Amino acid sequence: MKPNRLTECGNWILERFPLTKLWNDHMAQYYAPKNFNFWYFFGSLALLVLVNQFVTGILLTMNYKPDSQLAFDSVEYIMRDVNWGWLVRYMHSTGASAFFIVIYLHMFRGLLYGSFKQPRELIWIFGMLLFVALMAEAFMGYLLPWGQMSYWGAQVIISLFSAIPVIGDDLSLWIRGDYVVGDATLNRFFAFHVISVPLVLVLLVFLHIVALHEVGSNNPDGIEIKKHMDPWGHPVDGIPFHPYYTVKDIVGVGVFLLFFATVIFYMPEMGGYFLEHANFIPADPMKTPEHIAPVWYFTPFYAILRAIPDKFAGVIGMGGAIVVLFLLPWLDRSKVKSIRYRGGIYKKALFLFVISFVGLGYLGTQPATPGATTVARILTAIYFGFFLLMPLYTRWEKAKPLPSRLTEQPSLEDRIPALIETFEEMTVVKPVETQNGTVLKRRPNLSGILKVITRLAINLKKSLD
Amino acid sequence: MNNEGVDKSKRQFLTSALTVVGAVGTGYIAVPFLAQMQPSVKAMAAGAPVEVDISKMEPGQLIRVEWRGKPVWVLNRTPEVLETLKTLDNELRDPLSQESIQPESSKNPVRSIKPEIFVAVGLCTHLGCSPTFRPEIAPHDLGDKWKGGFFCPCHGSWFDLAGRVYRGVPAPTNLEIPPYRYITDTLIIVGEAAEEAQA
Repeated sequence: MKPNRLTECGNWILERFPLTKLWNDHMAQYYAPKNFNFWYFFGSLALLVLVNQFVTGILLTMNYKPDSQLAFDSVEYIMRDVNWGWLVRYMHSTGASAFFIVIYLHMFRGLLYGSFKQPRELIWIFGMLLFVALMAEAFMGYLLPWGQMSYWGAQVIISLFSAIPVIGDDLSLWIRGDYVVGDATLNRFFAFHVISVPLVLVLLVFLHIVALHEVGSNNPDGIEIKKHMDPWGHPVDGIPFHPYYTVKDIVGVGVFLLFFATVIFYMPEMGGYFLEHANFIPADPMKTPEHIAPVWYFTPFYAILRAIPDKFAGVIGMGGAIVVLFLLPWLDRSKVKSIRYRGGIYKKALFLFVISFVGLGYLGTQPATPGATTVARILTAIYFGFFLLMPLYTRWEKAKPLPSRLTEQPSLEDRIPALIETFEEMTVVKPVETQNGTVLKRRPNLSGILKVITRLAINLKKSLD
Repeated sequence: MNNEGVDKSKRQFLTSALTVVGAVGTGYIAVPFLAQMQPSVKAMAAGAPVEVDISKMEPGQLIRVEWRGKPVWVLNRTPEVLETLKTLDNELRDPLSQESIQPESSKNPVRSIKPEIFVAVGLCTHLGCSPTFRPEIAPHDLGDKWKGGFFCPCHGSWFDLAGRVYRGVPAPTNLEIPPYRYITDTLIIVGEAAEEAQA
């Protein structure tokens, strides 16, 4: 075939840039395990949210003014007078919360299937650095609307640095650029939020993915698919990322966008959790709001800070709660990765950890009453216990034998008959009097429901052993 | 390539020398970059003293003024409050203000120049929230131990009406007392130290 202009143009590029190679290495010939489940959506969703934050963020900077006199009003201007400004801003503010939801689920996936374990320690480290950078990005972005919560939240978090002995006071002064949070602080946070931290995020995402594609993805069975290769040198249990997982991820994106749009259009403030009520009042350096709490994604760490009755120890506890996550690959001494083959003790520990994390998250949104503080202290102990006792309890745990190849879980279709049976058990059909005479209607069956719940509880207990 | 006869120690020296020179240069340029984020000259100059007229203050009244961007409280304490302050020492972390920030003229149990007029920076020494003024005794939400004081809503720190911190709360020290002096009996200037009595 005679080469036409288009292929000539393409060849000109390919001789100078490894486009095909890049595409093949990372998409068309990147072999991922064939058994990815629900938990494997959140990596690509995080990337989607990152893109959303970049696009909407750039649009917001076009009308936002990083000046303590003008900032609050410019945000209201975006909300009321800029064409579609409300949509862009709500996409950005909801995107911030969505980012943390997706990232927390992504990290939980790592805990479930041991994705942080050898040989993926560096992927985990890069991911944790991403998490820290994301927290910095979210924190600095939250100051920009210059509402009461922005102001006092920043005041509290910057004051955390002043707890560091010797250099603390000078350090927090240097961060603020003034003796109190003020115009200088707002202006520099804008610079960091819009330029520095996004660059760091992009770089870390790049490193995270390069490291992942070097060693290959983990999977719900936690065994290495590279141990069984076909004659062409591809993993027998692997499938090319494109088209198989690009298509699967599009389904995930669709479902995600459904929830995302629902929040944006019907509940953008999410009852004060995504956008706090006090932040609709302009910043007032003379008066702290009656009840201040950070946005929900910081509350677990905030609750730890509050639970410790000493300034410096509290800051250490809060920082330690994040630092300890970095050490996870070396704290876990278990020989198997996936929770499917781990002993019961890890399952129970993880269960307790989830309770402590969610519990601390809730307490962090509530006022610090003595009772709540006691509960927060217990949960803080569980949080750290999960990590610091891990070298002990994972060494003792009795792992189940690993399969040599990926296992197959029953698909949803196979489960339907059993689900129908359960539904039948929980309901009863009985005659009901209506205006049109007696008809048969399905009604809940109390004893059946009880039976199903007991069975679920027994199964849950069994699965924790 | 033939490496014979190459004096590697000279290369090593040049590499080290270049690294050192580069590091020194980086250090020099880092100074202005980092110092650029310090408070500007304008921000440092903005801390002018403020005058507060207390002639119209009722007993028990609290007024707020702004000094260096911070809230400063002026409280007119009643004799009952001053009596209560004497009974709290056992519950306080630093009742004599040994480890707290205040001008020498306010380093006494009631932490003020004149016992009834209390002046303090209204920012919690924990993480810088502004505590709320709660003069009532044993209110419903704070419990029976509350004898009137300042309650920080952020992290639950307790201070008495002399700004002294209670034990078992996150704040490490008593509230800061700014330098202030009396121009006349009813006029205070915040930001200028009182002439210290020569002992």
